[in-house]
Amino acid sequence: MLASIKSNEFKYESQKLAMNYFRVAIVLFGAQLLMGLIAAIQFLYPSFLFEVFDFNVARMVHINALVVWMLYAMIGSVYMLLPDETGIEAVGIKLGKLAFWVLTAAVAVVVLVYIFVQVGPGNEATIWLINEGREYIEAPRWADIGIVVVVLVFYYNVFATYTKGNRTGIMTVLVADLFALAGLYLCGMFFTDNISMDQYWWWWVIHLWVEATWEVFVGSLAAYGLIKILGAKREIVEMWLWIEVLMLFGSGILGLGHHYFWIGTPEYWWEIGALFSALEPVPLVAMFVHVLYDWGKEQGHAEAGQQGHAVNNTPAMAWIAINAFGNFLGAGIWGFFHTLPQVNIYTHGTQFTAAHGHLAFFGAYATILIGMMYLGVQGAYGIKKMTMTFKTKMAIGLIVFGVLGMTVSLTVAGYEQVLVERADLGGGWDAYFIAQELPWYLQAQGWRLTMGLVTFTGFLFLVADLLTIGKTEAAKEEEVQAAAA
Amino acid sequence: MSGKKVSVWTSITFWRRSAAWVTGTATVLLMWLTFNTMGQIAMGSDEDLQNGVTKRIPAPTVINYKIDYKMDEKRGHEVPVIGEKQPFFGKEWSAEEAAELLRHGKLTQQAKNCMNCHTLLGNGAYYAPDLTKAWLDPKWNDGTMTGITGKDTVEEAMAEFLMHPSQYPTHERMMPDLGITREEAVALVAFLKHMSAIDTNGFPRNFSQSAKRLEGGTHAR
Ligand code: HEM
Ligand code: HEM
Ligand SMILES: [Fe+2]
Repeated sequence: MLASIKSNEFKYESQKLAMNYFRVAIVLFGAQLLMGLIAAIQFLYPSFLFEVFDFNVARMVHINALVVWMLYAMIGSVYMLLPDETGIEAVGIKLGKLAFWVLTAAVAVVVLVYIFVQVGPGNEATIWLINEGREYIEAPRWADIGIVVVVLVFYYNVFATYTKGNRTGIMTVLVADLFALAGLYLCGMFFTDNISMDQYWWWWVIHLWVEATWEVFVGSLAAYGLIKILGAKREIVEMWLWIEVLMLFGSGILGLGHHYFWIGTPEYWWEIGALFSALEPVPLVAMFVHVLYDWGKEQGHAEAGQQGHAVNNTPAMAWIAINAFGNFLGAGIWGFFHTLPQVNIYTHGTQFTAAHGHLAFFGAYATILIGMMYLGVQGAYGIKKMTMTFKTKMAIGLIVFGVLGMTVSLTVAGYEQVLVERADLGGGWDAYFIAQELPWYLQAQGWRLTMGLVTFTGFLFLVADLLTIGKTEAAKEEEVQAAAA
Repeated sequence: MSGKKVSVWTSITFWRRSAAWVTGTATVLLMWLTFNTMGQIAMGSDEDLQNGVTKRIPAPTVINYKIDYKMDEKRGHEVPVIGEKQPFFGKEWSAEEAAELLRHGKLTQQAKNCMNCHTLLGNGAYYAPDLTKAWLDPKWNDGTMTGITGKDTVEEAMAEFLMHPSQYPTHERMMPDLGITREEAVALVAFLKHMSAIDTNGFPRNFSQSAKRLEGGTHAR
């Protein structure tokens, strides 16, 4: 992928900019995994880096890098599909490039401060300059404001290009969805001394991102991917997209209630949260069916020589198919497991939550964003039909196996916590530590670390593949052409 | 497709409009519920406490009262019970002082990144015990932690622990020294005491009831 600085067959500047976003995203993904490994080691060997690089620091960088790399890859994906969909160059491309460098500089400063300053005194200055101490959106206030400005530039680019170029259904959904996605960030930008109020609005950002706006975003990417990779028919894909929007927002917006069972909010959220969040898996099943159905259908058409073409980018298609299933499994099944209040009172805040968090973020987002990166590489080298290499297969195999392994381990750990710490002992300090020190729990943590290492090995294959597949595949295509001539 | 009349089930316009209506309706409902919830989770006032009016989130001056967490037969789960007056760090705090203290405590909680090891109201990280009802934990109230820290009251013991956590280990997994000052520690304890008085609809359930039977044991290997 780095080599594509040289090989750059893109017609549009927007798509070159997209590659820059992908490059930073993959670096942050690597950082995320390393931090996760440090935190996982600390579960087993608590003295590891104690009072040097404590668990809270490693974990903060782990989940912050996660959110930021995904946002980078999402912005990159939009710059990638923007000219394809609208048929024109991004309107404010110069500004867009500037915004990229500003954002990247800001992210670098924030991460360095996290790592070297870590925590500050208990006053406003810390929240403005060091970290805000709120899971996932720890970025200090100055960075929040910077992010808002950069996102406004990005949004202007998308919106202006949309109004000037072709207004496809996919673009219409994206323009509306990105507006909500960006606006929600503002809900996480204030201080209150009321912890219930704090968490009420904090969930607006987290839940309404991952279970509403990000899901719709992924629906749009999958729609674009199916058209681009399979040559699926736009009318059908876009109709599905609107049905998905209907079901995702219809269940996900009020599904927010499943986070309002125990934070000081009124009891009526039990019923509302349970009902709507229980419906959330429905669109995820639909999305899964849709991707597989289109894949089979288009493949069939192509093989019968009727219309369209067979998969022209097998790595990207593989990751999109894994996305369809992973979203359903991680968010749909693992989410449904603990979404009813009767169950959630025991699972709330155990490793069960972490099991779901891992499989959902990976299955629903990491997968398709990696797929978009492969589409980027294909474009950068002007490859007509890109196929999997050995490295692609190793990356897929190890990462998927690793994340599934971590999820199962954490599920076992969570189960043990639910039964021993919560159901039997009723929570509290002693109950917590007794459950943490039982062999079942420790074994599960051991397996999580092992599977984390497997995941990381897969990541190394992924990076190697992204860096080399373009050149290899382009050379292969040239050979075939030369032989034909 | 054009010209000919098609079924609505395959009409893009139909699905687009339905999506917009459903999203709009859900959003309006959420806003309406939010208004109601905002009213119910606004902090109560000192007068409420004096008059025995129960609020889901009581006033900061709740730190001047004894707090308990008891089964409520009508609601079917435990709820915080605010009892008689009780000095906090040896005094009664005025409404202004208590509010200032709580604010400082909440700021410190964020500045020290507590939530990336602990859960608060069950949200956060899973490396250390949940802090929702930490103030009421038998560990602090049965003499264990007051003994280890050599303090007479729960608040003094907690403050001492927060200032030098790695000097008072209870397990191999320890809390690190976060450079918490005396003022910050007092404020944090106030924040924790206030949080324990929040009505969490019965979370955590059966809080430490069975763990009490283990009192004094050496279950932590
Ligand atoms: C791709 C979509 C999703 C992602 C990325 C995701 C991610 C997460 C994460 C990271 C958390 C933990 C938050 C924390 O740190 O406190 C969480 C909590 C939760 N999620 Fe999801 N989730 C998704 C979809 C769903 C769905 C569809 C459901 C229900 C059907 C669901 C149900 C829940 C519940 C009930 C909790 C609260 C757990 C607790 O009480 O501790 N999630 N989710
Ligand atoms: C090398 C692989 C990884 C390791 C060793 C690892 C380890 C960890 C650890 C130790 C935590 C803290 C859990 C706790 O508070 O108890 C964590 C949290 C988290 N990680 Fe990972 N992680 C890895 C990969 C990933 C991946 C691939 C994703 C998603 C794409 C991810 C998403 C998350 C999320 C969302 C949380 C917060 C969960 C919650 O609060 O419920 N991690 N991880
Ligand atoms: Fe949620």
